[in-house]
Amino acid sequence: MRFIFKTRYEQDLNIARHGGDWFWYGLLLVLMVLAPLVLDLFYIGELTLVLIYAIAGVGLMLLVGYTGLVSLGHAAFLGIGAYTNAYFLGQGWPFLITFPLSGIVAALAGIAIGVPTLRMTGLYLAIATLAFSIIVEKVFSHWSSVTGGFDGLPVDAPDLFGYELWEPWQLYYIALVVLVLVLWGSANLLRSPTGRAMVAVRDSEVSAQSMGVNLAWTKTIAFAVSAGITGLAGALFGHFVQHLAPDSFAILLSIQLLLLVVVGGVGSLHGAIYGAIFVGALPQLIAIARDYLPPAVSQIPGLEPGLFGVILVLFIIFEPFGIYGRWRKVKLYFDLFPLYKKATFKRQKAYLKTERLR
Amino acid sequence: MLINGIAVGCIYGMIALGFVLIYKATEAVNFAQGDIMMLGAFAAFSIIALLGFNYWVGLFGAILIMAVFGYALEALLLRPVIGQPQFAIVMLTIGLGFIFRTVAGAIWGHDPSAFYTPFTGKVSSFGPVVIAQENLAIIIGTALLCLVLYLFFTRTRLGVAMQASSQNQLAAYYMGIPVKRVFSLIWAISAGVAAVAGVLLSPLTLIDPGTMGFFGIKAFAAAVLGGFGSIPGALVGGILIGLVEQFAGRYLPAGFQETSAYLVLLLVLVLKPSGLFGQMAQKKV
Amino acid sequence: MTFFQADGLSIHFGGIKAVDNVNFTIEKGEIFTIIGPNGAGKTTIFNLVSRIYEPTMGRLVFQDQDITQVPAHKVASLGIARTFQNIELFEHASVLHNLLIGRHCHRKSNLLSEILFLPSTKRLELEHREKVEEVIDFLDLAVYRDQMIANLPYGVRKVVELGRALCIEPTLLLLDEPSSGLNVEETQDMAFWIEDIKNDLGITVLMVEHDMSLVSQVSDRVLALNYGRVLAEGAPREVQENAEVVRAYLGG
Repeated sequence: MRFIFKTRYEQDLNIARHGGDWFWYGLLLVLMVLAPLVLDLFYIGELTLVLIYAIAGVGLMLLVGYTGLVSLGHAAFLGIGAYTNAYFLGQGWPFLITFPLSGIVAALAGIAIGVPTLRMTGLYLAIATLAFSIIVEKVFSHWSSVTGGFDGLPVDAPDLFGYELWEPWQLYYIALVVLVLVLWGSANLLRSPTGRAMVAVRDSEVSAQSMGVNLAWTKTIAFAVSAGITGLAGALFGHFVQHLAPDSFAILLSIQLLLLVVVGGVGSLHGAIYGAIFVGALPQLIAIARDYLPPAVSQIPGLEPGLFGVILVLFIIFEPFGIYGRWRKVKLYFDLFPLYKKATFKRQKAYLKTERLR
Repeated sequence: MLINGIAVGCIYGMIALGFVLIYKATEAVNFAQGDIMMLGAFAAFSIIALLGFNYWVGLFGAILIMAVFGYALEALLLRPVIGQPQFAIVMLTIGLGFIFRTVAGAIWGHDPSAFYTPFTGKVSSFGPVVIAQENLAIIIGTALLCLVLYLFFTRTRLGVAMQASSQNQLAAYYMGIPVKRVFSLIWAISAGVAAVAGVLLSPLTLIDPGTMGFFGIKAFAAAVLGGFGSIPGALVGGILIGLVEQFAGRYLPAGFQETSAYLVLLLVLVLKPSGLFGQMAQKKV
Repeated sequence: MTFFQADGLSIHFGGIKAVDNVNFTIEKGEIFTIIGPNGAGKTTIFNLVSRIYEPTMGRLVFQDQDITQVPAHKVASLGIARTFQNIELFEHASVLHNLLIGRHCHRKSNLLSEILFLPSTKRLELEHREKVEEVIDFLDLAVYRDQMIANLPYGVRKVVELGRALCIEPTLLLLDEPSSGLNVEETQDMAFWIEDIKNDLGITVLMVEHDMSLVSQVSDRVLALNYGRVLAEGAPREVQENAEVVRAYLGG
């Protein structure tokens, strides 16, 4: 076990807590950079998808994990980002403009839906985003002049300084750079006043307000940032699939993103990454599981959503802090061996805390 | 068309009633309400079409089965989550909804199913007005259900106890009301109401795991329009949504019928977020 | 100059007059305590001052400024801090984090500089941290600095909440039952801190309290309420001996 002696206030502000952290994060980054040199095409694609999920996951994590709000319509923001990027690329705009634009448009859409609903309790946001996502999906399929309707919209390759980047490994590096930037920005946000205000809103709205936190503003910012990051992920997702269809952005995708957040571990950026790996690997896991299950079960049509449901329910009941929470417990167990007490993480008895006045 | 709108609206109202009952009592929102309705319809389908009993046995059988199901659901799955952050319950019920849909698809198949009802294809005429009996059944059924619930909540000990625990959980607990069991019972009632809605709806839309879930989402619009937490509001909201949908289908371009409920929902949130009958909720400190 | 004044303050919930035409003034630098039986409207007055409730009638004046229209999240930056009767800390955050949120009303950085974590943001963060450390020293919280609130005993949480309010650097501090749930020793500590807050930090205190020994130990003036109306006002002794107050507490 490592004991950290703090001698300067800056130490609490640093993203990495000590030299060991820098070493491991650095090693991970080096491995990620070298990966395309050794992996074959299929795995590069899979890794790219994981990176894209991770970007969207970080976006949703800021909202769900840190501000305590649930969005059931993040697929819509993913779609808005994807369509914005693809449409303007098609108009001949450069990628370096369309890409940030896709994030901005998604963030504006987030503000539009957030401003009316965020005055109310979080439940209203969940319901409103659900409705919003269904409407957006319909818009994608009916606004043919922009979105190509049911025929879909082909996505041009991203271009950088005149070069068209068609190769999968090029998209991989773009996604990697974007993820690192998004993680850095989110970590920065979380160690500044706005990030603290978000956590305050999550844990107690009334006292956050009395501390000078503007509730509606903080929630709206959180929602806009979250939607914006998801929009960026959407733009990359568009490049990944290369052809957009309205039904790729249905509710099931939103649920998949929420699954990512819950399984990874609510309330940590690490969790978003773990969750992305899990969700990225899930189709493979299901395919493998199908071989071992009796045919009566494995042949059920629409098995996947049901499995998502089962995983969601199991995690919420048995491990509300997800893979990251489990990892911390395991790590503590070895750190303290043989002194680990089961009670350390024992959940306190919780009562229904009412948010109502009378 | 008016009648049709009212009838579908009654269904929305009944599902919304299910949300509101649970929300008032436990402050949880059940995102699986539409799927529970679907299960109720399938339960009736099994009793009537597969086992060959008559409609009324099917209706009351389904109510009973779903009530037991709702009770068990609360006791086994939702109770561990009470006191957790609100999103835990939201996610849990969403997950459950997906499970129900898959399981129902696995057992009864994904093709729409139907069963015989005494009202199928018959009409009643009141002077010049001709009404399909299916719709009439829905409207009368909703009215009866409301009467029963009203009498239950105001006239029986258990009903009053439920009202008490939704007003103040701790105080109710001190008065000797078994709050946990009351919560389970509320889920049972809510599931029973959903079963009624499912059975009454099935002659109109056929039963299939895909579409009935959407009724659940549209019912949110009804609940919000009525002001989340108001029981008469849920019904009025449901009927209004039903009417809006009918008229949007007639007078607006394609694509608006299926989205009109959601548009109304967003509009209500922008213009009058507390709904028609709601009070703004605020936390007590 | 009026430091703080409640002028004809009233709030009605439906037919219930929770606070009914209450008038009082607080002088700068004193400890002013509101007492009264349960349901007398004490906490309601706090919620009115921190603008969580809209008054039905009347107005609140703070440092010559009418604050009846100020939005709730602006109250802190005027210099009014409060604690809560049933502790409203941010459960899943460390003590340090909670205290830093107390600094929120002094936030000067903007969103963009925060996302980029510019050197200026870092400098501001370090300034906040120094202020927070002063409060940690003042209240002896150093041992708990990095602990999660959820793992702390009740008495410590009470102190953390006091600390969080102090981080606002208020001129008026509202304490809602500072001693409730504390044992005799902790109550004694709380009494000393309240006196220190008044004497060393020069902060005016408005307090709701049930513990009469604490009230008479620290208060300069006391206001007694019942059913939302003022029964008596004056020095602690006078109010405690007031016939109407005694009747309100003992019933009859």
